[in-house]
Amino acid sequence: VFLATGIAQDSANALTEPDRGDQQAVTVLGLVNYVEPWWIQIVKSLAIFLVIFALLPILIVYERKLLGPASRTATAPNRVGPFGLMQPLAEIVKFATKEPSRPTTSVGFLYRLAPAIAILTAVGSLAIIPFGGVQNIFGTPVGPVRDRRLDRPPLYVFALAGISFYGIMLGGWASGSKYAFLGAMRGAAQLISYEVAQGLALLGVVITAQTLSLTGIVHAQGNIWFFLPQIVGFTIFMIASFAETNRAPFDLVEADSEIIGYFAEYGGTAFVAYLFAEYANMIVVSGIAVTVFLGGWLMPFGIHPPGWVDPIVVLVKIAIVLTFFIWIRATLPRLRYDQLMSFGWKVLLPLATLNAVVTAIVVVS
Amino acid sequence: VSYDPGDDVIQVVREPAPGPAAGAYRAFGETLRGLKTTFSRIVEGPTTIQYPEEKVPVYPRFRGRHKLHRFEDTGLEKCVGCSLCAAACPADCIRVVSPENTPENRGSAGERYAAGLRDQPEPVHLLRLLRGSRARLTRSRWGTTTDASDYTRSDPDLHQGDAARRVD
Repeated sequence: VFLATGIAQDSANALTEPDRGDQQAVTVLGLVNYVEPWWIQIVKSLAIFLVIFALLPILIVYERKLLGPASRTATAPNRVGPFGLMQPLAEIVKFATKEPSRPTTSVGFLYRLAPAIAILTAVGSLAIIPFGGVQNIFGTPVGPVRDRRLDRPPLYVFALAGISFYGIMLGGWASGSKYAFLGAMRGAAQLISYEVAQGLALLGVVITAQTLSLTGIVHAQGNIWFFLPQIVGFTIFMIASFAETNRAPFDLVEADSEIIGYFAEYGGTAFVAYLFAEYANMIVVSGIAVTVFLGGWLMPFGIHPPGWVDPIVVLVKIAIVLTFFIWIRATLPRLRYDQLMSFGWKVLLPLATLNAVVTAIVVVS
Repeated sequence: VSYDPGDDVIQVVREPAPGPAAGAYRAFGETLRGLKTTFSRIVEGPTTIQYPEEKVPVYPRFRGRHKLHRFEDTGLEKCVGCSLCAAACPADCIRVVSPENTPENRGSAGERYAAGLRDQPEPVHLLRLLRGSRARLTRSRWGTTTDASDYTRSDPDLHQGDAARRVD
């Protein structure tokens, strides 16, 4: 995962920086030409990985703090640590000390593998979010790469989303329970349906920016962030993202009392892995939305801060999008399954197609 | 023959179902309205009172705790151990265990009644529920069980002074 993070992080920065002849290109694995030394890649991967993983518990606490007053249900946990910040840690300890058990009908190997797939794909997708342009840190260049084979980050995301489908499907099937299997079928159908609309919504931006590289898309937003000219695409992308990450109002897998999810037979750490994957997916999707529609590391009003501010800008924007996720969860009721399907196929998909076609016509003419 | 329900039957009039455009507009508008509602509530902040840390002021006539009174002049307890309060208590939370008065340690003026100086005990104004007092808060099940020494002591928790309000 670290390696994938590093490789894809670099590939995300490909193609857009002007060629810098003073930098030495290095070939790793015969695949990617890096301008940065190998140890920087490892440090960078570790830094991104650890920062995001440190953000996950904070995100969980933050969500509860917002949901409490917003939906007038209950106060957020506030007993463990200052402001209840240690609550996720206490919960992780609680989950980790549970007895690992599985149904006798389950397929053991796949039953254990499925949550790992879910979490690996989520973390792997994290890799392509560009946190800034090329930097010179103590004389060591960090950032760009010149490669023509790994320079399609959106495709990389959708490839990983396709694999995350196996996390759901295998988890439900290997549980050896009919209910979990039905939940897996529903979850997988939801994932596939909304992935189409999500991809098509991105297409409008790709046509406008005329590049598939995420750094290229960010640079193309120098004048105006794409969420304004691509407001339809942005809306569709956000709605589809709610469905992709199993968030409200599309959180059917969590509707224990009404309909059952694919992780019905999971408990303890395996269950936490699914939960973790959901939140990591939220961060990934927010990162992509920030990069593609909200100007990435660019600041509004023509402010050009020094380079080290870039990752902070990206993180703040991600936090804003995550707030929107939570806000929506506090507001909207859950959709019925048939409503979910008909909305995805009959509303979002035609709209996204129309958006892509209209954008293409406008760009060409 | 058409059935006439009469005037006292409420007629339900439904508006026509919205078409695609109107439906989408309505759904979008309602979503925005909901977002506004939840946002204003987030701004408002939580309304839950964190009880042990935050306390709501009790009403002046609220009575949460017992208090045994003493004679102002001698300092002796007014209680003579007649157990009438235990019999009268609706919550059945009082148990009277009266010790003997000794010449060295004289706690109550009870021997006045024992010596027949009065023809009947006077079980009034001995034990009062304090106005403006709170119920005791503890973490253990039996933590609220206290003996009489707690009830005769003045209460630091009390924010409405009991001396001023003993006139009941």
